[in-house]
Amino acid sequence: MMGSQLLTWVIFLPLIGVGALLLIPKDKHALIRKAAFLFALATFVISLGLLLDFDTATSGMQFEVNIPWISEFGVNYHQGIDGISLLLILLTTFLTAIAILSAFSAVDRSVRGFFASLLLLETGMIGVFASLDLFLFYVFWEVMLVPMYFLIGVWGGERRVYAAIKFVLFTMVGSLLMLVAILVLYFHFHDQTGRYTFDLMQIMALPLPRTLQLWLFGAFGLAFAIKVPMWPFHTWLPDAHVEAPTAGSVILAGVLLKMGVYGFLRFCLPLFPVATFEFMPLISILAVIGVIYGALVAMVQKDIKSLVAFSSVSHMGFVMLGMMTLNQQGLSGSILQMVNHGVSTGALFILVGMIYERRHTRLIADFGGLAKPLPVYAAFFMIVMLSSIGVPGTNGFVGEFLILLGSWSYNQVYAILAATGVIFAACYMLWMYQRVFFGKITNPANEKLVDLNLREKIVLVPLVIMIFWIGFYPKPFLKLMEPAVKTLIGQVEQGRKASAIVPLVESTPIPANTTGLAGGE
Amino acid sequence: MDQYLVIVPLLPFLAFVINGLWRNRMSKNTVIALAVGSVGLSFVTSVLLFIRLLGLAPEQRLIQQTLFTWIPVGTLKLDMAFMLDPLSAVMILVVTGVGFLIHVYSIGYMAHDEGIKRFFVYMNLFMFSMLTLVMADNLGLLFVGWEGVGLCSYLLIGFWFHKDSAANAGKKAFIVNRIGDVGFLLGTFLIFWTAGTLRFPDLAARAPEVFALGGGAVTAATLLLFVGATGKSAQIPLYVWLPDAMEGPTPVSALIHAATMVTAGVYLLARLNFLFILAPTTLVVVAIVGCVTALFAATIGLAQNDIKRVLAYSTISQLGYMMMACGVAAFGAGIFHLMTHAFFKALLFLGAGSVIHAMSDEQDMRKMGGLKKQLPTTYNTFLMATLAIVGIPIFSGFFSKDDILWQAFSSGHGNPLFWLIGVLTAGLTAFYMFRLFYLTFHGQPRYDQQTADHLHESPRVMTVPLVILAVLSIVGGWIGWPKVLLGGAWFERFLAPVMSHAGGGAAAETVGHSPSLEYGLMAVTIALVLVSIYAAYSIYNKSIGRATSLRQSLSGVYKVIYNKYWVDEFYGATIVRPLVKGSIFLWKIFDVVIIDGFANGLAYLTGDASTMGRKMQTGHLREYLTAFLIGTVLVIGFLIVR
Repeated sequence: MMGSQLLTWVIFLPLIGVGALLLIPKDKHALIRKAAFLFALATFVISLGLLLDFDTATSGMQFEVNIPWISEFGVNYHQGIDGISLLLILLTTFLTAIAILSAFSAVDRSVRGFFASLLLLETGMIGVFASLDLFLFYVFWEVMLVPMYFLIGVWGGERRVYAAIKFVLFTMVGSLLMLVAILVLYFHFHDQTGRYTFDLMQIMALPLPRTLQLWLFGAFGLAFAIKVPMWPFHTWLPDAHVEAPTAGSVILAGVLLKMGVYGFLRFCLPLFPVATFEFMPLISILAVIGVIYGALVAMVQKDIKSLVAFSSVSHMGFVMLGMMTLNQQGLSGSILQMVNHGVSTGALFILVGMIYERRHTRLIADFGGLAKPLPVYAAFFMIVMLSSIGVPGTNGFVGEFLILLGSWSYNQVYAILAATGVIFAACYMLWMYQRVFFGKITNPANEKLVDLNLREKIVLVPLVIMIFWIGFYPKPFLKLMEPAVKTLIGQVEQGRKASAIVPLVESTPIPANTTGLAGGE
Repeated sequence: MDQYLVIVPLLPFLAFVINGLWRNRMSKNTVIALAVGSVGLSFVTSVLLFIRLLGLAPEQRLIQQTLFTWIPVGTLKLDMAFMLDPLSAVMILVVTGVGFLIHVYSIGYMAHDEGIKRFFVYMNLFMFSMLTLVMADNLGLLFVGWEGVGLCSYLLIGFWFHKDSAANAGKKAFIVNRIGDVGFLLGTFLIFWTAGTLRFPDLAARAPEVFALGGGAVTAATLLLFVGATGKSAQIPLYVWLPDAMEGPTPVSALIHAATMVTAGVYLLARLNFLFILAPTTLVVVAIVGCVTALFAATIGLAQNDIKRVLAYSTISQLGYMMMACGVAAFGAGIFHLMTHAFFKALLFLGAGSVIHAMSDEQDMRKMGGLKKQLPTTYNTFLMATLAIVGIPIFSGFFSKDDILWQAFSSGHGNPLFWLIGVLTAGLTAFYMFRLFYLTFHGQPRYDQQTADHLHESPRVMTVPLVILAVLSIVGGWIGWPKVLLGGAWFERFLAPVMSHAGGGAAAETVGHSPSLEYGLMAVTIALVLVSIYAAYSIYNKSIGRATSLRQSLSGVYKVIYNKYWVDEFYGATIVRPLVKGSIFLWKIFDVVIIDGFANGLAYLTGDASTMGRKMQTGHLREYLTAFLIGTVLVIGFLIVR
């Protein structure tokens, strides 16, 4: 079946690209850059094929590939996507191509390793979004860590080693807990059914006792919360971003953070529906704190990049809050906002990178009056800023509107508190913009800056198109995720009801049930 | 004809896109022609649509056009859809009509500014946003226009971005408006979850069923929306951005900060009159805020020396009148004053712009004086506008202000106290307007020789709009000539189908009051206005010596109002600075010391443990193991704390 091969191609084409890059002599920088970009572009193009063949009428997993991998342990190579994964995969292929193009002039040290890392990362990320086997998921999850570690640690700024280790340590703590939780699930499933499997669909069909759900949700949840990152696990993020090279930051903010939320959506919510409802208040409160805290701390940053990093903490707070509403508006908003954040924050990091290449500083105080020598750059920055603060007509508004609308019906106090984040967002962004672009030029180094070149415009234009497309016509995106969102809500509600009916005694035998709740194809 | 609705906002939008993308490749004249021409055509379309609307029976006056579905999620369905009813029709005529005149005027005013192309790009974007705001058929799309006009206001206030004061003022306007916008959004959410729709026609039909009269939901929703209105329409406590907004080019002050954008809050209340009428508590709040703002801003206007700042406080005060009208459920009267105010306040600003232009960018009235001879057209038109704003009979402002005052006194939601404050404000208005008038145009010239050499009347492209607006400032109010003065009150009847008759709030019926009472109240107002004008005349016309002695004898009061009650300083000390300091604390102490300290501490522990581990046994799993241990501890702690 052509469809299944397509997904496999999307996942592994970047890996083939890594191999191809290694065949090129390492001093042929221009060729390496072009080859890397071509592979990323080709991956993006064939990922659009997924979109063409995707059936928005059904709610099940599509493009499924399920072949035994390590049969004695019940590990399958099981891949498949629904609307949520598809959107995130498209975001990944789109942003990777843009990130690679944006890095053409930024990196001149170990060029081959740099672009190979980016492509390897891409395979890892797409693999995570498509895995329906817990073991496979974990493998891809860990694969991602390695190239990101090197991207920060090798091509980063002054404190790159500290930032890279901090990034790995934070992530590792979480992922180890997740590994333990996966194993617990694995053995629990065997206890109940007599079979060993890591298959998500099969495990999902088995209702779990409440206590076990709470523990496992906690373990998975912590791993994902660190990745998001939710307050108070966010402190690795500003360091990682400030030190990472631009392309690394783009991928980190644009895609890697989404894996945390995706993890909640794909695993925590459907596997542990009872625990989901019990954790709802805690996660929502942390999300709201993140929204406000991230925005306030962003306001007083001196480095533009760490300002953008803290703004991510705030935005991801919105995403988490929307997810926890468990209603259609909030969840759709949350998923859309993941895409939005990828586009807008990715664009912001690219813009910061562009000025860094010119001035070798990112301190707000070093700038001022840039709108005069750099009118095109200033205009792009303005558009992206407006998207980031959610002005209607841009993508950011649609996401935040849906999230806040959804959260109002869940809990009005959270909605009101989170809504103040919208005000603070205007404060930190406009204040930064004013200090960088407005006023008179006080630093002579800023007088003779050269405005954007053609390549830089080509990098930014697709992002700007996405900003307005989602802003004015988000319907295709919303329709794409609608079946998956409805299914997810149904799974959580149903799972909770099932647990309410079945007495939650640990030893209750539950008959084997091999058909996934998600059903479908 | 229905499918032509979208043309009205679309024309300026197209001009915005074309000029926005390719202005550097086009000549200045082409850019201007596109920008001004699109608004002119938009006005023509509006007139045609208005005529079409008049052709329909009064209760059927509603034209709708849906372009496409914008945000469909579950039960939420927001459309890109426009509607035209009598209320929208009045608004689009005012917005495109006055907007067009101001665009024409800007050709002359901005002629020597190197950023003139960028200026028109922003102006067109503003026209699009404002027209979307007044034609949207649902609250979601209205919000697009609502924040869109705020954005344009930000861009245009900070148009001369190299000036720090302009950049600051733009940012302040945006942020203060955002505070209001959050109220707007929350009100929208409450309405959606209660009524299940955000479409105005559906909402109007459902409101009486789903909202109980005086119920908690409708009161909360309308109060939240009113917070939004206080931001946009510069009412207490969110008015502080408007005076600073005068940093923008004067045509901007005329268009955005006098005639159109700042009236969006009043429009919102009138658009949702069927909700506000169900919330008597909200109406009282609206009326009180309107009254207090009207009086408060007028007192500040008494002591300002910058010609544009006086007009800015005057705008706040006049918007207070409009809010007062809405607060006594006389939404029609509010819209009536909105329209006449658009004429005369736009004219006042454009006239002030003409003066500033002639005076080589001087805005301080203490350095003006005696400009009557040099600027005859500006002088005459400015006089018309001044007579209109102070409410001299026959002039447009008289009819609309009188309507509001009478409703404030006699409506079911009215109160003689509201009327009294309104009358006092009218007196103050007459005083500060004629103070401005005499300081600027009469008395001895107080400018230097260099300014005098450059003194000139503005070109025709600027004075023709002044003349047209002057005519409108006179006759614009005649369409609302009240019955008691043997008129037909056409304006009120035209708007009547839009106004809800639920809750007994329809302000038209004021049975039980005799005409003689109405005459009497009218006479009181006119008398006070005339006395105030005479006072201003005797103090400011001849020499400013009297003004100086007056200032000295009232030095305490003067200091308070000259410093604008120190409200900005109060906000700075109680909100802005604590917020910044608190944020620095969160960053430096909470983030860096507490959370990172904790995490780094763990890392050091890990380091120590692994050193130990290395001594005890070799093996590369050590980091995994220690991290696992720590992680488990974290989770247990997490679950206990939870």
